[in-house]
Amino acid sequence: MSVIGDLKDSRGLLVNLTLREVRGKYKRTLLGQGWSLLNPIAVLLIYTLVFGFVLRVPVPIGENSGVQIFALYLACGLIPWTFFSNSVTSGMGALLGNANLLRKVYFWRPTLVVASVFAWDVTFAIELLVLMAALLIVGSMPLPWLPLLLLAVVLLTVFALGIALMLSVANVYFRDTQHFVSIGMQLWFYATPIVYPYSLIQDQADRMAADGNGFPLETIYRLNPMERFVSVFRSMLYDNTWPQWGDVLFCVVVAAASLGIGIWVFTRSQHRLVEEL
Amino acid sequence: MSAAPAVEVEGVAKRFRMYRERNQSLKAALMRGGRASFDEYWALKDVSFEIPQGSTFALIGENGSGKSTLLKCIARILEPERGRIRTHGSVAALLELGSGFHPELSGRENVFLNGSILGMTKRELERKFDEIVDFAGIEPFIDQPVKNYSSGMYMRLGFSVAINVDPDILLVDEVLAVGDAAFQEKCMEKFVDFRRAGKTVVIVSHAMGSMRTLCDQAAWLDRGSLLDIGRADAIVDRYVDKGHEKGVAPGTAGGANAEARVGSGEARLTTVEMLDASGTPATSFRTGDPVTVRVGYECTERVEQPAFALAMDTVDGMRFWAHHTRDGGLELPFIEGTGHVDLVIPALALQPYTIDLSARILDHTLTHTYDFRRHCYRFVVETGDHRESGGVVALGGRWTADLPASASETAV
Ligand SMILES: Nc1ncnc2c1ncn2[C@@H]1O[C@H](COP(=O)(O)OP(=O)(O)O)[C@@H](O)[C@H]1O
Ligand SMILES: [Mg+2]
Repeated sequence: MSVIGDLKDSRGLLVNLTLREVRGKYKRTLLGQGWSLLNPIAVLLIYTLVFGFVLRVPVPIGENSGVQIFALYLACGLIPWTFFSNSVTSGMGALLGNANLLRKVYFWRPTLVVASVFAWDVTFAIELLVLMAALLIVGSMPLPWLPLLLLAVVLLTVFALGIALMLSVANVYFRDTQHFVSIGMQLWFYATPIVYPYSLIQDQADRMAADGNGFPLETIYRLNPMERFVSVFRSMLYDNTWPQWGDVLFCVVVAAASLGIGIWVFTRSQHRLVEEL
Repeated sequence: MSAAPAVEVEGVAKRFRMYRERNQSLKAALMRGGRASFDEYWALKDVSFEIPQGSTFALIGENGSGKSTLLKCIARILEPERGRIRTHGSVAALLELGSGFHPELSGRENVFLNGSILGMTKRELERKFDEIVDFAGIEPFIDQPVKNYSSGMYMRLGFSVAINVDPDILLVDEVLAVGDAAFQEKCMEKFVDFRRAGKTVVIVSHAMGSMRTLCDQAAWLDRGSLLDIGRADAIVDRYVDKGHEKGVAPGTAGGANAEARVGSGEARLTTVEMLDASGTPATSFRTGDPVTVRVGYECTERVEQPAFALAMDTVDGMRFWAHHTRDGGLELPFIEGTGHVDLVIPALALQPYTIDLSARILDHTLTHTYDFRRHCYRFVVETGDHRESGGVVALGGRWTADLPASASETAV
């Protein structure tokens, strides 16, 4: 396939662009790379305060780990989500943000989007490491799942990449794409069990069933790929159990579909890309 | 030089959209009902030619004739609507105004980024880094963000990276217009090295003089179509002549050449010619010859206090001289009917060169033009008794040496 050939040819450039993104992210800030940890910790604190203390969301007990700490339960979902949302957002802007480069030199265009997603993988990895350290301290043992965890990271990256590829070209032709996406991302966030446990949705579905309402709430809720991703991450990190294989399979399928569609959309619409920048 | 082409351009057509209303929002698209409001403009119309391997190839044409568009298509930055372009070997392009640098990054970071875009590995870049910086001559600034660079520095660094990646095909668009003479000379040397190494260079430039000597082949684009292709000297001469003809024959001026003759027309230039010592019109002179420039005019009405102006440009576009009657101390109360004014030049202080003369009739404030004819007379200067070594003007300087006694003894 020519895409793989192109990707191979662009290896060196990809590494370079990714490094540029990683270095550039917090350039000229006082705390530098420190922000890549301070940011999520601050968000974590805020959500813990609001949802853990004020709204008193029930905190599930880790199945095998026995851990029951809201902040950690939250982090196991929030960290993958943040990676996803950041990758999509910055990948979407990668073409417009590098108009200068695109107008002057030829290279395999998707490299820009891939690099900006990969740059967030670096942050993602650091955050996961810190999270695992915290989990180990409180008695959770996620290490045996490390290889599968890695696979989950790869799948989530592929999923995000596909979406970013689609949106990046859309954003060139229609500049308000990014505004729609930022609203969409907020909705998506609350449609995913991150700040609340999945059990709340189950309770609601049970209540509706008791009232004789046949609405398939759970089925629809579970169509959300991010719900599957979060539950895969959580079962390994928080519960120390194997993820449900159905969820893993779902993730594989959506990741492949997302990338396939992403590449298709990108190659089909890149024809007039440079002129439209 | 092998005969196989480095670049094959086959029936290439490129269309641009000119948006009537530049609004890339979804709302605008919905309001138009999905139909975008734009005009189509064909910047290239079925252009086909080949660029031989190892040649230095010139692409010439008026502004807007599609030269940059074609280079961008060859560089794969733009995709043509129709046709095909095949390149054999690696391509590096140096397009108008620098090459895709990131303004926030330092020169060093940009060299590495740009180099890797052009396909160099990190190790190759590390090996060539000093050479690149050296060639650009910006060593003290290499760790500053390039947004602080002057346009000349920016361009030099871009050129230096592009040329040091050692592409098989180098595309260069109008970069020689920027930068000082010393740098331009360095670039020219690089082009020659390139040719010697059997590589292909495609140059777009308005410096016709250098294009003529530097390039072996040329293609002439006119409003998106290929007008002529062949030996560079022949094509350049034809191109320059055409511009020349258009200037002489008013009325035929159209499109891009409309500026060849402008003015309100109360007084018009009839003949502009250069006379030699015997008073006959000539187009060839020697350094130091006496010359008279005769400017004939014709008035439709009485024109008060006019001024006549002359200017000379080298064939590659440098304006090196201009002079008008007011600065020359000739006050004309009025002109009427027909007549002429002369500028007597006792000795033509020019070195061998091809030169274009322009003439103008102005009002006494020098702000209103009655008639202007650009490049209406071309003449060549040939070597005379007095000979100087290079440039346009012959200053007539004499060398003397104040040698120490011993040296002058051995010299004697
Ligand atoms: N991105 C663009 N969008 C619309 N029109 C363009 C674009 N780029 C160039 N053109 C038009 O295409 C024509 C050819 O331009 P160009 O290739 O830059 O000419 P040259 O380099 O010979 O001066 C011009 O009329 C120019 O206005
Ligand atoms: Mg141009």
